[in-house]
Amino acid sequence: MKFVDEFRDADKAHALAAKIAALCEPGRQYKLMEVCGGHTHTIYKHGLEDYLPESITLVHGPGCPVCVIPMGRVDDAMALASGPDVIMTSFGDMMRVPGSTGSFFDAKAAGTDIRMVYSPLDSLKIARNNPDKRVVFMAIGFETTAPSTAMTIMRAAAENLPNFSVFCNHVTIIPAIKAILDSPDLRLDGFIGPGHVSTVIGCRPYEFIARDYGKPVVTAGFEPLDILQSIYMLMLQLSEGRSEVENQYSRVVPWDGNVTALKVIGETMELRPYFEWRGLGFISHSALKVREKYARFDAELLFDVPGVRVADPKACQCGEVLKGVLKPWECKVFGTACTPETPIGTCMVSPEGACAAYYNFGRMNRRRVKEAVTIEVGRP
Amino acid sequence: MCLGIPGEVIELLPDQPDLARVDVSGVRRVINIGLLADDLPVPGEWVLIHVGFALSKIDEAEAAAALQFLEGIGQAYADELEALAESRIE
Repeated sequence: MKFVDEFRDADKAHALAAKIAALCEPGRQYKLMEVCGGHTHTIYKHGLEDYLPESITLVHGPGCPVCVIPMGRVDDAMALASGPDVIMTSFGDMMRVPGSTGSFFDAKAAGTDIRMVYSPLDSLKIARNNPDKRVVFMAIGFETTAPSTAMTIMRAAAENLPNFSVFCNHVTIIPAIKAILDSPDLRLDGFIGPGHVSTVIGCRPYEFIARDYGKPVVTAGFEPLDILQSIYMLMLQLSEGRSEVENQYSRVVPWDGNVTALKVIGETMELRPYFEWRGLGFISHSALKVREKYARFDAELLFDVPGVRVADPKACQCGEVLKGVLKPWECKVFGTACTPETPIGTCMVSPEGACAAYYNFGRMNRRRVKEAVTIEVGRP
Repeated sequence: MCLGIPGEVIELLPDQPDLARVDVSGVRRVINIGLLADDLPVPGEWVLIHVGFALSKIDEAEAAAALQFLEGIGQAYADELEALAESRIE
């Protein structure tokens, strides 16, 4: 327990909050984006916004792997899963993501062979144990999970496994950040860089944000004090007119990342020309596909994938939430038609999604800005 | 899934150099340590595990903090542990 206290000390939190407040220029508004869904979770869970002055707004970013999967890819996966002799395997997080005809859970209940796995290596084992079936792994996630898929493909190749393939939906975080920087909707002052993604890619890939866009980036850990410390480091840079990449989470994140992990991703996967992100639309060079060298493990080549494009449900504003343009509670269906039990959009499905995090924690300890506005408008 | 879970390395599997047995909140399972090939962990060391693969070595203080964070998340971590308990990596 003594270990944890040093990351959660309330006195330290208040001291940091005071230092942050002292760095705010009067009259200036600051918007800082936390890219990673894990950070969003900590912010709501611990009510960190209450420690910050009114002039600092935390904006939630697109770093939730389940949230950014477009509905069309879920439908494609569903089409794959319903093929003859197919066993579809997927992480638990993916099971409740709605496609246009329902989720993996719904399809499983209706008799489709979809199995939840903890690791792609478990999927490999299912393939070994079911030689008369074709086992497909629904690969999702940022650079945190891509090395695992890569290692699994290499293992399948070493074993010459004929009935295993990957439906690759891995995405890369840098193009998404760039898309947000280029978006006219939002003016940001700095970024709290993702923690676990950075253990793989390191801090160097963020340098363009500081160099070309003049915005500071601080890679952060997941504890409340980590995040407050990172905000302090960002505010210090802004007050001194600096824009640099700094690493608050150096106890876990090496500056150069995990070189082996990057190597195996590069060995087995390559960038797609473009990929559709839920809410963000098509982003160039933002996702990975299986390299030709490993084509025999690429489900997109082995199966007839319809390549469905489905517009997000009209009521759903996940796109605006993922870009940070809307706060979760500003979405029309938040907490009414869309809840963690009956999600309409992906941001409500994953515990890393901004809407689920806010629904579960944030609304308890933060005043409802939306309600205040509604009362104003509704006054005769 | 995207959240790293801390595990203490119990033993390296003698016949399979890229596999290790770890203890995660009392659940003992085999994981792959091939991504740490440049600096393999030894028994007693802690690693951050993503979907069955150790991605980085961490110290005990970081492991305790990460565990607290995960326990605070509640159901999502319970689901992750349940999934890990079902896992049979070999």
